[in-house]
Amino acid sequence: MRRVLAPIPIAVLCVVLALVALLAYGLAQNEPDRTVEEALQRGERDAAPALELPKLDGGGTGSLADYRGKVVVLNFWASWCEPCREESPMLERWHGRMTKRGGTVLGVDILDVTADAQDFIEEFGLTYPMLKDKDGDALESFGVVAYPETFVIDPEGRIAAVRRGPVDEAFMNAEVAPLLEGA
Amino acid sequence: MRRAAALAGALLATLAVAPAALAQSCPQTTLADLEDEVMCPVCGTPLALATEAPQAERQREYMQRLIDDCRSKDEIKQALVAQFGSEVLALPGDEGDDDLGDVLVYLIPALAIVLAAGGIAFAVVRWRGARARGPHASVSAADGSRVDTDMERYDL
Repeated sequence: MRRVLAPIPIAVLCVVLALVALLAYGLAQNEPDRTVEEALQRGERDAAPALELPKLDGGGTGSLADYRGKVVVLNFWASWCEPCREESPMLERWHGRMTKRGGTVLGVDILDVTADAQDFIEEFGLTYPMLKDKDGDALESFGVVAYPETFVIDPEGRIAAVRRGPVDEAFMNAEVAPLLEGA
Repeated sequence: MRRAAALAGALLATLAVAPAALAQSCPQTTLADLEDEVMCPVCGTPLALATEAPQAERQREYMQRLIDDCRSKDEIKQALVAQFGSEVLALPGDEGDDDLGDVLVYLIPALAIVLAAGGIAFAVVRWRGARARGPHASVSAADGSRVDTDMERYDL
């Protein structure tokens, strides 16, 4: 018993416990925020976090609040993100449909070189408004962990649907079209 | 005619020397030198450790373009901050604000190393002292005489 209570075994035990606590803390910190999905599963819509960022073209700032009263498809993307290339043409088509019915796609370019992002926009002929989140602040508030991710915001500024990964026609028809009909 | 030939020769010599002079005036910045001083923002690791991440590849291409444009190391870091924010800088103090955190980030590990070394030294000194005293060192004189008496009782 005396041997177990000796200073060296106690010190080793303390170090091991500290390492285990550090590991647990690290794992807990990396756990993605899934409160949006949990609210949607309960049939509730959480208010979308405030979002105000510089416009990608450098012409001032834009915010989600600018589109209050409209259906917004908020799309987080980057020019280096391969799946973003797949969904962008479809998002542009939907932006055309949405603008006629009180809605818009709003792109947020994340952690990207502006010139690369502008080349991407030109390549796909994207016309919807774009913001730039240079240091990824908005990622945390929306719980974004993968790219692309898309949030459908209703006219009251609440999150009506979320897609972690590229969107497709089925998602847009199921989640965006009904909101446009009600707008 | 001779003057024209001399002028043409001087012009050709200038053109031949110009790229070399330009290269000499260019800061000797390399991608390898920068990679361990900036972060890959998506990976959360220094860029040097992010080998295959697409964002890291784009960041390297951007940095290489700036190197090719003769930008200095500091200018490239400033350009990266403009693109990705100040968290792209990996080294404490690079942000230029010289706050307490920049000092603590060096001081705390140094203190931890000193404390750990002190702890190890203390443990070694105690361990060697215990060995030097031997296994019977902790037996008191009274206990020793009692043991001797008991041993004599059982002495064959």
